[in-house]
Amino acid sequence: MAEQTTNDPLKSETAVATSEKPPIPPKPAAAQISATPLPRKPKQDRAPDDDPGIWRMSRRSILSLAGWLAFFGFIATSTIGALRFMFPRVLFEPPTKFKAGFPQDYVVGEVSEKYKDEKRVWIVREKDGFYAVIAICTHLGCTPRWLPSDNKFKCPCHGSGFYKSAINFEGPAPRPLERAYIGLADDGEIEIDRSIKFLYEKGEWGKPGSFLEYKG
Amino acid sequence: MRTFFEQLFRSQVWRSVFRHGLPESNRTRAEAIFFNFFLHVHPTKVRKRSVRFNYTWGLGGLSFGLFIILTVTGALLMLYYRPSAPQAYWDMKDLQFVVSSGQFLRNMHRWAAHAMVAVVFLHMLRVFYTGSYRPPKEFNWVIGVVLLVATILLSYTGYLLPWDQLAFWGISVGTNMARAMPFGIGEKISFLLLGGNIVGENALVRFYVLHCFILPVAAMVLMGIHFWRVRKDGGV
Repeated sequence: MAEQTTNDPLKSETAVATSEKPPIPPKPAAAQISATPLPRKPKQDRAPDDDPGIWRMSRRSILSLAGWLAFFGFIATSTIGALRFMFPRVLFEPPTKFKAGFPQDYVVGEVSEKYKDEKRVWIVREKDGFYAVIAICTHLGCTPRWLPSDNKFKCPCHGSGFYKSAINFEGPAPRPLERAYIGLADDGEIEIDRSIKFLYEKGEWGKPGSFLEYKG
Repeated sequence: MRTFFEQLFRSQVWRSVFRHGLPESNRTRAEAIFFNFFLHVHPTKVRKRSVRFNYTWGLGGLSFGLFIILTVTGALLMLYYRPSAPQAYWDMKDLQFVVSSGQFLRNMHRWAAHAMVAVVFLHMLRVFYTGSYRPPKEFNWVIGVVLLVATILLSYTGYLLPWDQLAFWGISVGTNMARAMPFGIGEKISFLLLGGNIVGENALVRFYVLHCFILPVAAMVLMGIHFWRVRKDGGV
């Protein structure tokens, strides 16, 4: 028995404990169940009434506000992103600038339709020089026709008519045809840029680039 | 034959789909409506006057029927149509001359589209003349106007897809009308619609997506609300 206790001290201890059971101590009085509830700590879901702060924000309302701000922030950013997505950054459209041969290739008084199909531009040769007329009807964007016998541009869609100078005189077109930039390139060829436009009603037909002076 | 149907109605498959008895009592007759997804929007009572054919002329139902035809034929046409500049026109021609029933489906789609614009317009006239836009249905009139606009936009966006001269100039004219809006808004809207400055590849894809997805889905959602409100206000 003595050998066993040395080998297994735990067992001997329990044996001792069971043999010498101390009496159960009486529970403290505070733990006893009473009818009156304990004083509760106030929850932090709203500012205390005596809070002197201007905002009187509780933790819950700050988190709620942060949540809503994040939500609407996300919606607003996504909307702006989606709207920007709709406007392409790169366009695969034909270039607006092109060379149109040498000035001496054109006959005085002629309206050249050489670049009409490809570039939608007429090149008009006058005694004093050149101007380029964009072949887009100012009514609703159709391509008018040059009628040499009538000496006018005529739109097949709704019947708008324009003089050789590109000024409108009949039909629904509200303003003259637009003129494009025309100049001489370094190699002596005529250069036209459709993206630079000159509008008669804005008094732009006298501006440099709207007319190429050339006598030859 | 009778026993076959009796067995069918008693079978587990039938009873799992139709979870009410045969419509033999008032209760099961009502349940046949309430427990059916397609019928449950019906009102509990309908006035005899509004069931009369020459009150509604069935124009709303006709519009919906045409929309179904357009959805089915349109989905089939999509199988042979590629919305890109080199192919669009020739795919349309192939549909006419090479694909079996292609010409028929394309014509169905085209005529149903024309008919839908006309029928929706007539439906609007009918609603106007019977005073059906008055309270409490005034908001449903508003939805109806939006649906009319959706119908016209569907028609307009479909106009570009054959990619022929008529399509090109039709869309040129239409987007130039948008350009007439002042303060540069017009140019922005036109650029947004065309995805560029000219009627080109981008415009074709945009109109295709609008025509085949965005506008039909928007119209379907609005139609759901429109029909539900009609039923709740005692119409058919």
